Amino acid sequence: MNDTHMIADTTRRIFRELGDPQSLRGDADRQRLWDALETAGLTRTWIPESLNGSGATLADGFEVMRVAGEFAVNVPLAESMLGGWLLQQGSIATPVGSGSVAPVDVRDHITAGANDVLSGTARSVPFARDAAWIAVMGLHAKRAFVALVDRSLCRIREHANVAGDARDAVGLLDVPPRAIAQAAIDAHALLLIGAAVRAMQMAGALQAVLDISVAYANQRVAFEKPIGKFQAIQHSLAKLAGEAAAALAAAGSAADAIASAKEFDAGIFLEVAAAKIRVGEAAATGAAIAHQVHGAIGFSREHVLHRYTHRLWAWRDDFGGESYWAVRLGQMVAGNGADALWPMLAAR
Amino acid sequence: MTAIQIDPIRLSAEAQALRSEVRAFLQQEFEAGAFDPLQGAMQARSNPEFSRKVGARGWIGMTWPKRYGGRERSYLERYVVTEEFRVANAPVGLHFTADRQSGPMLLKYASERIKMEILPRISRGECCFCIGMSEPNSGSDLFAAKTRAVRCDGGWRVRGTKVWTTGAHHADYMIGLFRTSAPTKENRRHGLTQFLVDMTAPGIAVHPILNTLGQHEFNEVVFDDMFVPEEHALGEIDLAWKQATSELGFERSGPERFLEISYVLFELVRVLGRSPDVRGAEGIGRLVAQLHTLRRMSVSVNGMLQAGKDPMLEGSIVKDMGTVWQQQLPHKARDLAAFVDGDAHDRQRFDELLAHATAIVPKLTIQGGTSEVLRGIIARGLGLR
Repeated sequence: MNDTHMIADTTRRIFRELGDPQSLRGDADRQRLWDALETAGLTRTWIPESLNGSGATLADGFEVMRVAGEFAVNVPLAESMLGGWLLQQGSIATPVGSGSVAPVDVRDHITAGANDVLSGTARSVPFARDAAWIAVMGLHAKRAFVALVDRSLCRIREHANVAGDARDAVGLLDVPPRAIAQAAIDAHALLLIGAAVRAMQMAGALQAVLDISVAYANQRVAFEKPIGKFQAIQHSLAKLAGEAAAALAAAGSAADAIASAKEFDAGIFLEVAAAKIRVGEAAATGAAIAHQVHGAIGFSREHVLHRYTHRLWAWRDDFGGESYWAVRLGQMVAGNGADALWPMLAAR
Repeated sequence: MTAIQIDPIRLSAEAQALRSEVRAFLQQEFEAGAFDPLQGAMQARSNPEFSRKVGARGWIGMTWPKRYGGRERSYLERYVVTEEFRVANAPVGLHFTADRQSGPMLLKYASERIKMEILPRISRGECCFCIGMSEPNSGSDLFAAKTRAVRCDGGWRVRGTKVWTTGAHHADYMIGLFRTSAPTKENRRHGLTQFLVDMTAPGIAVHPILNTLGQHEFNEVVFDDMFVPEEHALGEIDLAWKQATSELGFERSGPERFLEISYVLFELVRVLGRSPDVRGAEGIGRLVAQLHTLRRMSVSVNGMLQAGKDPMLEGSIVKDMGTVWQQQLPHKARDLAAFVDGDAHDRQRFDELLAHATAIVPKLTIQGGTSEVLRGIIARGLGLR
């Protein structure tokens, strides 16, 4: 058993015990789950040991994301991990407590002015209202910087996505950061790794949606037999399995590409853009099939299904949606010319 | 553990180096006029001289043992060769069936003498195979096959008819599925046996069946008291249903399942030009993302097979999704190119290719296992049947 398996198993065990999306209600439950994740070091997966983190590889961290996606619970694990990774790009130590990262909307920009005070607005920042700190990526005199900001200094306008999870607008009005440093990467790189993170969570969620739907079809009896015995249902679930497999292939490939890359080059861009596009498409198609197979019960508040499907829909929007990435990818492909397309694909 | 597992496997450096060799060879052949990629997309693809050259390069039967003419290379190296030939629309019709299916079948079930006789010829690109499975009343339901092989002195006598037999008019041999016993009450799959059939044997008649485009690819093959020697029975008599080889996984999940009409996408990119509008860019972006995903899924499944895993479910998914994607591709490309100037030179070539692709895509979800059969297999793998 290698390290990736161990860290994935630890993640799965904690979520099984404390993160069941069906029973997880209210802030106290979420806090218990968060504490367990923090104690296990998972929230600091991508921070080196020298900076008080777990020092796990990027590959390990992506696997944590996928497993967390199998439970689709609204704790800021991915955001804290990503925030920790971002701060490290400026060699800034990550504080304890839950964090978030900004910007996540491709249209938003944060800038640094004189005396390094920060300004700008970042929309749809996940769990901003709950975060102790926010890792911010921005531009100062055309150079990328990373900054650590106290959430208490930000102006928060509360919003929620379709799953009801916090996606707050974070206003920075001349906010002095707790730390700021030139970054080894730029906003494009944050967008890429953020999109890969969401793609992995979505792939995990789709795997779970498939398993839940198959189990339901085997158990639910109608017309005197389990509905999974009907060919119409079998073929729907076979298509759902295809969508889950596509999501897993695309997201897993993008994560693997980032984990083994030296820089965020055109190949990484292809991998991540393709993953966010294809996983987003799989989320729409897959969720529709899962709901159809479940019938009315899957549309009830009480049933667990919507905790997955709503997050699948919502996660499509973070770090660029399908259309955003498709236009950019299409522009790159067209710009390189028709004859460059196959060599680019074949190199992956 | 969830139902679906896909390890993100990459092609080795050796495999990618081989790709450069294959491309150089194809470029050289193209320049020598051996084939035309765009015409190749639309025409029958058998070219004996070309197949012999490919064989001389060691790219047919390349995973087989050396003593049978193979090169003992990996399945992922074969994967690279397959995708480069497919993307170039190279004329592989003569050797591809033998390379993919028939050779591996012989390797596993034929006598040593037959293996020594036939496999090296396949690997040299000198030997063409066809597959005799479907019959007039037995398509997806293979176990309904009625063509009978009856024991006689020294072998078998065969009577019956196979249909939709691709390439039977070029083939030197067929791997045929014949009924040697009646099915049993307990097992309707019982009673079928696979045979190696010499297509020059007396008692075989091959009649062309034209496809919807008027092309001659498949045939009706009639056996009228044809003799098959004892040694040509492959594997155990009556038990063909047990003989699904591991190659089935490679066959289902190979790159031909999503690259058969890849030229549609490449030519779409060409006609939309270097700076398409947002609609064109988004359309290209989505198609490229979908193709990349199919390919990564396919490479990963092939890599898992190579590593000795059994991604049965995932392999069937590659074929189902790959062929459905290809089936939609000409229609999406047509939409995306709708506003491109109709008089432009590239546009005319694109339209020609598009018309051809539009007409041939219905076969993709039928040949080699219909989508419906595949989804049944996937459902079984999920634990629903």
